[in-house]
This record gives sequence, C-alpha cells and structure tokens, in this order.
Amino acid sequence: MPALQGLTIDDITAGFDFLEDWEQRFSYLLDLGKKLPEFPEDARTEDNKVHGCQSQVWLHAKMRTDNNTPTIHFQAVSDAHIVNGLIAILMTLYNDKSPADMLAIDYQAVFNQLDLEQHLSPTRRNGLHAMVQRIRTLAEQHA
Amino acid sequence: MTVAKSQPTHTPALDVERVRGDFPALYQRVHDKPLVYLDNAATSQKPQAVIDTLDDYYRRYNANVHRGLHKLAELATEAYEHARITVARFLNAPDAKQIVFTRGCTEAINLVAASWGGANLKPGDEILVSQMEHHSNIVPWQLIAEKTGAKVVMIPIDERGQINLDTYHALLNDKTRLVAVTAVSNSLGTINPIKKMIELAHAAGAVVLVDAAQAAPHMAVDVTDLDVDFLAFSGHKVFGPTGIGALYGRAELLEAMPPYQGGGEMIEQVTFEKTTFAAAPTRFEAGTPHIAGAIGLAAALNYVTAIGFDKIVTYENELLAYGTEALQAVEGLTLIGTAEHKAAVFSFTLDGIHPYDMSPVLDHEGIAIRTGHHCTQPVMDKFAIPATVRASLSFYNTPAEIDALVSALQKVKSLFS
Repeated sequence: MPALQGLTIDDITAGFDFLEDWEQRFSYLLDLGKKLPEFPEDARTEDNKVHGCQSQVWLHAKMRTDNNTPTIHFQAVSDAHIVNGLIAILMTLYNDKSPADMLAIDYQAVFNQLDLEQHLSPTRRNGLHAMVQRIRTLAEQHA
Repeated sequence: MTVAKSQPTHTPALDVERVRGDFPALYQRVHDKPLVYLDNAATSQKPQAVIDTLDDYYRRYNANVHRGLHKLAELATEAYEHARITVARFLNAPDAKQIVFTRGCTEAINLVAASWGGANLKPGDEILVSQMEHHSNIVPWQLIAEKTGAKVVMIPIDERGQINLDTYHALLNDKTRLVAVTAVSNSLGTINPIKKMIELAHAAGAVVLVDAAQAAPHMAVDVTDLDVDFLAFSGHKVFGPTGIGALYGRAELLEAMPPYQGGGEMIEQVTFEKTTFAAAPTRFEAGTPHIAGAIGLAAALNYVTAIGFDKIVTYENELLAYGTEALQAVEGLTLIGTAEHKAAVFSFTLDGIHPYDMSPVLDHEGIAIRTGHHCTQPVMDKFAIPATVRASLSFYNTPAEIDALVSALQKVKSLFS
C-alpha cells in the first residue's frame, strides 16, 4: 500500500468522487487510515491528547525551519480506525505548510466536497472539529 | 387491550406484530433500510395511546393544575392527580401521596440525596453504591457525601457483572445509612437481587433507594413486596414522554424530609418572616409540574399493564436466549455482562474493532444501537474497555431484528478486516 506521503488532497477528493456508494467510500477512508505513519510511542502523552473526541486521539507537531519558510509537520493517531482515516485527510490537507497557509485552508469546503460529514455522527463531527481546532491553534502560535 | 385468544390455563403469548402496530416510529426507513430500533435502554418508542393522550391534553384541557377555579383547570388537575394514582398502582404503592412527580429518575435520586441525605447524613456515615450504577446513582451521593462528610462505599461486581450477596452483606455495618442500587443494570443487563439486598440493609438499619429506570419497562415492580424505602424511575424508558419520572418514598420518610426546591405549589403559607410547607408529595413539586408528561406517563403505564408483564417477561426472555446464542456465534465477539439473571441487554465488543468504528456501519444498516460507556464508567474500568456497543431490546423487537444486527456485525467485520 502506498504511503500517505505523496498523496494530495486532490487525489483523495478524486478517489471519493470515483467511488459510488457509501460503503466503498468508507473502505477507502479506512484504507487512508492504514497509511498513517507510525506514531512515536513517547508522544502518546496527556499533553498531546485531543479532547472532544469520543475515541482517543493524540497529536504532536514539529516546526521545520530548514527551508526559507518555516513549516509545521504534525502527526496524529487514534484507537478508532475511522478517526485514523479522518486524520489521514487532515494530514494531507494541512501538513508541511507554513502557518499562514494552514490558517488559510477552508477545511469545511474540502469536507463538503468529500461529502463525508453527513455520514459522521454529530459527536464524531465534534471530534473532527476538535482536531482541526488543535491544528489551527498550532498554526496560530507559530504565525 | 383485549386478549382475543385467552386460554384459561396459561397466559397466551405476546403477539409481537400486533404490539409493533401500536408504535408508529418503528415503521420507518433509515438510510433506506427498515429501522431496527435496539436502543431501548436509552429511551423507548411511544405507543399511539401515549401520543394521542398528549395531543388530547393540549387540544382540550391544557390548564395549570391545583390553582385555577375553572373547568379546564379542574380537568387538568383531575387528570394529573389521577396519573399519580396510576403510578401508585403500577408500583403497588399503598398511597398515591407517596408518589412524587419528577423530571426523571435522575432528578428523583437527586431529590432523595439532597433532601433525605442532607437531613440524615453525618460525618463518617456510609452510603453503599454498587459498581454497576448509572452515573445518576453515583454522582448525587458523591455530592451529598462531600457536603455532609459521609462516605460513598462501592459494592463491587464480579466478572459476570453480578453483585455477590456475601460481599455486599460484609460491607453493611452500623455506619451504613443508605444503600443505592439499580434493579437492572443499563450497561450489563444484570437483574439484581434487590429484595434480598433490601432485607439485609434493613437488618443493618439502613434505608434503600432502588433505581428502577431499567426495570420498569421490563418487569413488574412492587414496592410493597420489596419493602423498599425509595424507588425511582423515568417515564421515557417505559414508553411515556420525556421529562417526567416518579419517586416512590416510604410515607414516614417523605413526611420528615425537607423541601428540595422552593417555589409555587409546594408551600402552605408564605410570609417574609417564615414559610411553612405543604405535605408530601406537593412539598417536593415546586413550580408548574410537567402536567402533560404525567398524564402521558399514566397512559404509557396503562398501555404496558394492559399487555401484561407476565407476557412481556416471557417474550423478552425468549429474545434474550435467542440473541445470546446468535451473538455468541459471531467470531471475536465478547459479551460484557453475562449474569445469571439478565434483561434483554447485549453489551459487547468485537476483537480489534473500536466500538466507535462499529456505530456508523450499524447506523447505515438502519440499526439504532448505543456506543459508549453508557454513563457507567466504573463498569468500563472494571472490564478494562473504553466502551461497548449495546443493543437493548424491548417487547416490540423481534428475532428477525437480532438477525439483522448479526448480519450488520458481519458487515462490520468484513469492512474492518
């Protein structure tokens, strides 16, 4: 299975478009979740926990300053497979961008296009928003 | 309801297709699949009789109770007080004055904890609370314990999710003031030996509060036979409206208890120097009560009584046996809560699949179940799991719906394999 790296959000959107029914999209989302890079065990700390999710989610981030423009690289993981799929989408959408670029992303539009949210329960939608909020807060801190 | 084919020698079986016809909400499609409603421990669906009763109240005799001297107020008051009598009969309480209407089971427990607990608990006193209680029957006791200096002591459960009577007996002592226990566990389905537990508590000089929220929809609850001191249940779980519940209390205990909330109706006389309070149950019903709710609850209790708990228990035991066998045949499925005496509640986990991953698939198959800790985090801790999927059945469910659940679980497994 190809790694998450190299996939663009357009690839994912095209993938979702191509699939016809909910079940296929669901399987695709689960496959995306399986592509997540291994999460470092020592980063599973209380500080890295994202609150507001029903399942457990850990998110940790590093600033990369080796380029001219500093970028943020983050990684997250959950104990629920569906959430890992959502994390894969968020990582594709947000990762390795400058804080300003991250803040400019209209994630709602992307998720609308993926037509995913209507399949998520309201509580899971809240969890997704909590993850996005965490990412945006990170970006704001480094903007 | 009339029983057409009644046999003089034994109870005729419950006609599930016929009772399903009484519940309009059961006939709908969800995600283009027929709804399979298996979330009855969270709330039950409502029979047409309850819907009609609410409609009739609001159309014909909506008025505030007890105070207006006009025809509508008289009709509303009569119906509201008659609802109290219906609840008393449902519980086999000696007197309708022993029934306090509340917002639900949770408020009823909070009322006893705050009022009885506030007046009777001292530092060092012990409140025994079982490990399988809903948070509603834990947190009110912790709150009052903090205020009074009393201590909440846990009655542990075993690996099958049962209370061991010897362990419980050993915990009772001369400091035990109250035992708070559920008749039926919402997350495990365990039916507790409450009659015996009450007897042992009384022998130790303690009073007992029984949470009957999960028992009332499934079995006859007889406060006189149980000799219980306080018993609480919610209307919405027993096919009635949301926002209404009832507390039964032993007469002498209720009479001695201070008010819970202040307001209209609950007073005898108010001056700025001193207020005197009405007798129970009015003393505990401050403000305009949920009149429609109480009348709707009475309609629900009449409905379920007309079907008869003998039939309901027999039928639900069949569902329990069928469901246990069907679910145990699913590879990788672990039932959480395997008590000897159980209600038709199936809490389970599937190997390698997070409970929260199952729920959207089940939802798409039209199956309504609950995923989570079910407001019983100590139970989840006991079994070292974050959550379970819970299918909780009612007398309107069918073996075919259990089959639908099982095939949806097979789908979950194939998607996550």
